[in-house]
Amino acid sequence: MIQLLRIELYKIFKRPRTYISFGIVTAITFVIQLAMLTDGKSFIGFAIQGIDEQFDIQGNMLNGYLVTYIILQSLLIHIPLLVALVAGDSLAGEANLGTLRLLLTKPITRPQLVMIKFTASFIYTVLLIIWLAVVALLFSVLLFGTGDLINLKSDAFIMILKDDVLWRYAAAFGFAILAMTTIASLALLLSAFADNSIGPIISTIGIVVVLTILSNLEIPLFHHIKPYLFTSHMIGWKGFFDDPVPYGAIGRSCMVLLAYTGAFLGTTIFYFNRKDIQS
Amino acid sequence: MRMLLGLIYPDSGSVYINGTEFGNHRRYLLASIGAIIERPDMYGYLSGWDNLKIFAALSGSKIPATRLHEVLELVGLKGREKDLVKAYSQGMKQRLGIAIALVHQPDLLILDEPTNGLDPQGIAEMRSLIVSLSKDHGKTILISSHLLVEIEHMATSMLIIHKGKKVVDGQVNQLLNPDESLIEVCINPDAAIGDKLTLTKWNKCLQTRETGMLTFKMNPANTPELTRWLVSQDIGVLEIKSKHSLEEYFLSLTNDTVTKN
Repeated sequence: MIQLLRIELYKIFKRPRTYISFGIVTAITFVIQLAMLTDGKSFIGFAIQGIDEQFDIQGNMLNGYLVTYIILQSLLIHIPLLVALVAGDSLAGEANLGTLRLLLTKPITRPQLVMIKFTASFIYTVLLIIWLAVVALLFSVLLFGTGDLINLKSDAFIMILKDDVLWRYAAAFGFAILAMTTIASLALLLSAFADNSIGPIISTIGIVVVLTILSNLEIPLFHHIKPYLFTSHMIGWKGFFDDPVPYGAIGRSCMVLLAYTGAFLGTTIFYFNRKDIQS
Repeated sequence: MRMLLGLIYPDSGSVYINGTEFGNHRRYLLASIGAIIERPDMYGYLSGWDNLKIFAALSGSKIPATRLHEVLELVGLKGREKDLVKAYSQGMKQRLGIAIALVHQPDLLILDEPTNGLDPQGIAEMRSLIVSLSKDHGKTILISSHLLVEIEHMATSMLIIHKGKKVVDGQVNQLLNPDESLIEVCINPDAAIGDKLTLTKWNKCLQTRETGMLTFKMNPANTPELTRWLVSQDIGVLEIKSKHSLEEYFLSLTNDTVTKN
C-alpha cells in the first residue's frame, strides 16, 4: 500500500498542473498582503469606524494575525476548486488517459485503487493547506509583525490577545483540512462516474456553489435542511476565533464533515467496484 | 479481452485461466499475466523509464532495475527510455506497452489488437517480436485481432468469434487445410476455354468461372501443374494469386464467401 501511495504521489507531483494550485494560493496571498501593506491602515480605519468612537484602541492593529484572517476569509472559499483540480482528476483522468485499464490489469484491487487515490488527494490537500498556512501566516507575520487579533463580526467585536492566537490558527487550519477532505472525497466520487476530468471538477464546484448559496439563504424553507448540508459546516473554522470557542458546534461540524467524507468514499468504492471499464 | 481481465463483468458465466476461476483469484492470476488492451496508453508527461518503473512496481513483485533494462533491450527501446512518452511514436508506445506487459515475467501475455495504428514496418517489427516471445522465450500469447493475415502469420491456435458466438477453434495448420486454398487464375479473356475443363480433374476444384478469371479451391502445390495444363490448352495465363486463406476461411464460416457459379 505504501509503495502504491508513493507511486500515486510521484504521478501527482510530476504533473505541472499540480503546482498551479500552489501558485494561485501564493499569488492571491501576496496580492492581499501587498494591498494591506499599501492601503491597510485606511482599510482598518474603515472597518473599525464607529467602534473607535466607543473604545480607545491602541497598538498594532494591522498585524500579521489580522492579515492572515482576512486572507483565510477570502481564500478558503476558493480552495475547494483547487482541491477538485486534483481529486476530480484522480480516477477520471486515468480513464481519459487510457491508463485506467492498464492499472486494473495489474494485481491491485479496485477498492485499493480508490483508497490510494483518496489518500493521495488527502495528502495533496494537507500540503496545500500547510502551504497556505506558510504563505499566509508566516509571511504576514514577517511583513506586519504580531499583535492582538480583532475579529469583527456583524453583532460583536472580539479581541484575542496575541499570545492566544497561534493555537487558534493551528486548529483552524486543521479544520480546513477536514473540510477540504470532504470536498476531495466528493470530487473523487464524481470522478468515478466520468471518463474525463472536466466534468467532475466542474460538477464539484457547481455542487459546492449551489449548497453554499442554500446554506447562506435566510429563507425559512431551507432552515430545516441547512444543518445537514456539508457546506453549512465548512466555515466552522471561524469558531476558533470566537470567545468562548463553541466547541460543541465545531465538534458537530466535524462529525457532519466526517460522515459526508465516509459516505462519499464508501459510495465511490461501491460504485467503482462494479463499474465496467470501457475507457 | 476486457472480460478475461476483469475490466468488465460478464452477465453470466465465469472466466477460467489455467484452470483457476478468475473472479475469486483475480490478484493471484493478474500477477502472472501481462496485458495490453487496445492502445497501450501511458503517462505522456513521464518518461518511458518512469512508466515502466511505475507499472513494474504495480505488478506485485519486486523487480530490479536490471530487469527493466533487459525488457527495454528486448523491445528495442534502449537509449530512448529517458524521453517523455508523449514524444514517442505509436510503434514506440506499442513496444513500451509490450515491455510493461513483460517486465514481471508473466506466463501469459494477452494482447488486444497489438498491431493497431502501426505502419507496415511497425507491424512487421511487432509481429517478429511476438513470434520471438513465443518461440524464444516460451511465453503463451493470446492475441485478438481483426487483421486475419497477422493471425495467420503469428498464431498456432485460433478461435473465431462471429457476432458474439464462437464459430470454430483449433490448430491453425489443421483448420487452414492447404487443400482448400483459393487460387485465382487470370486468363486471356478471349481464350476459348469452352468445355475443356469439364472432363479434367481441375473441374472438381473449380469454384467460380468468370470472363478472364477462374478460381480454384486446391492445394497451392498443384499450381504449376494447373498452369502447364492451361498453357497446353492454348489458354493464356496472365496472373496467378493465392488468396489469404484465413480470410477466406473466415468468410466461408460466416457465410459471406464467394458462391460457386
